[in-house]
Amino acid sequence: MSEPIGEVKTTKEARVIDRNETKGEEGKHKYSIIVPTYNERLNIALIVYLIFKHLRDVDFEIIVVDDGSPDGTQEIVKQLQHLYGEDRILLRARAKKLGLGTAYIHGLKHATGDFVVIMDADLSHHPKYLPSFIKKQLETNASIVTGTRYVKGGGVHGWNLMRKLTSRGANVLAQTLLWPGVSDLTGSFRLYKKSVLEDVISSCVSKGYVFQMEMIVRATRKGYHIEEVPITFVDRVFGTSKLGGSEIVEYLKGLVYLLLTT
Amino acid sequence: MKHIVKILSLLLAVSAFWIGLLQAAIIPPGYNTWLLPIYFVVSLGCYGLLMVGLGLMQFPTCPQEALLLQHDIAEAKDFFKHKGVDVGSD
Repeated sequence: MSEPIGEVKTTKEARVIDRNETKGEEGKHKYSIIVPTYNERLNIALIVYLIFKHLRDVDFEIIVVDDGSPDGTQEIVKQLQHLYGEDRILLRARAKKLGLGTAYIHGLKHATGDFVVIMDADLSHHPKYLPSFIKKQLETNASIVTGTRYVKGGGVHGWNLMRKLTSRGANVLAQTLLWPGVSDLTGSFRLYKKSVLEDVISSCVSKGYVFQMEMIVRATRKGYHIEEVPITFVDRVFGTSKLGGSEIVEYLKGLVYLLLTT
Repeated sequence: MKHIVKILSLLLAVSAFWIGLLQAAIIPPGYNTWLLPIYFVVSLGCYGLLMVGLGLMQFPTCPQEALLLQHDIAEAKDFFKHKGVDVGSD
């Protein structure tokens, strides 16, 4: 694993960021929603519609980071820009599939909000939960609000027994080894203070869902205030993709890596 | 401090305590040194399995969400049809 690049803030500095940002003005927040896409021609339109539907009185922008989708995703986004305004929907595409972590970093560069939301483009994350993320953050002044599927009020649909078993087993193992402070480690529906995301992302080097785990564990280690809200997760792609042996090995390797380096 | 260091120090402290008990002969001599540690590891394993089983039984599901999602999708498609945005099909 390569060395992390960029400044890595200490726990004390993390607490200062937590405190300083209470001095910001109430009600003058802007939320930058970063949605990495690849071949999500239909879903990106649906997501944009639902975000506008559920965030009526909120100042936000949607940053679509498309990795050169061949299915016409970018054309659809341009039509959406025409409909909703180029200041509300930003298309910041890349030439080819370059990975999730770099997609967030790329999106971050163009974010003008003081908060950043990351979510999946395949409609497993429903925009109707965005108000509850925002409310939770305003109530608690948390640095990170993460969605959890594993508590009462949350849930998953579309998983068979085997998938639930591996999820639960993975969760118990991770909780025992890492003491992460959150109930859903691999979830990727999160709201961050922009400066916090910049700080955490600069010290993460993993790929895929281990990257999501690394982000939240590093944030916990640095002492950032993290809150959770229940979300429901409708998995429409599970039937087509399988959780094979190689995914399990990747996960275990990720756990050991996090155990030794965080 | 790295997490692994925290865990190792915890294990070290517990082992030191256990060895201390043995040395001070608080435990009767002839008592198998490894008996309690083995019990501890096995019960940790059983606890883990219990947590997995319980979690599996109580795994929160939301079948109604799939239905609600279908409604949302239909609503969105309808909206775009009226606005002339061609979203194609899934």
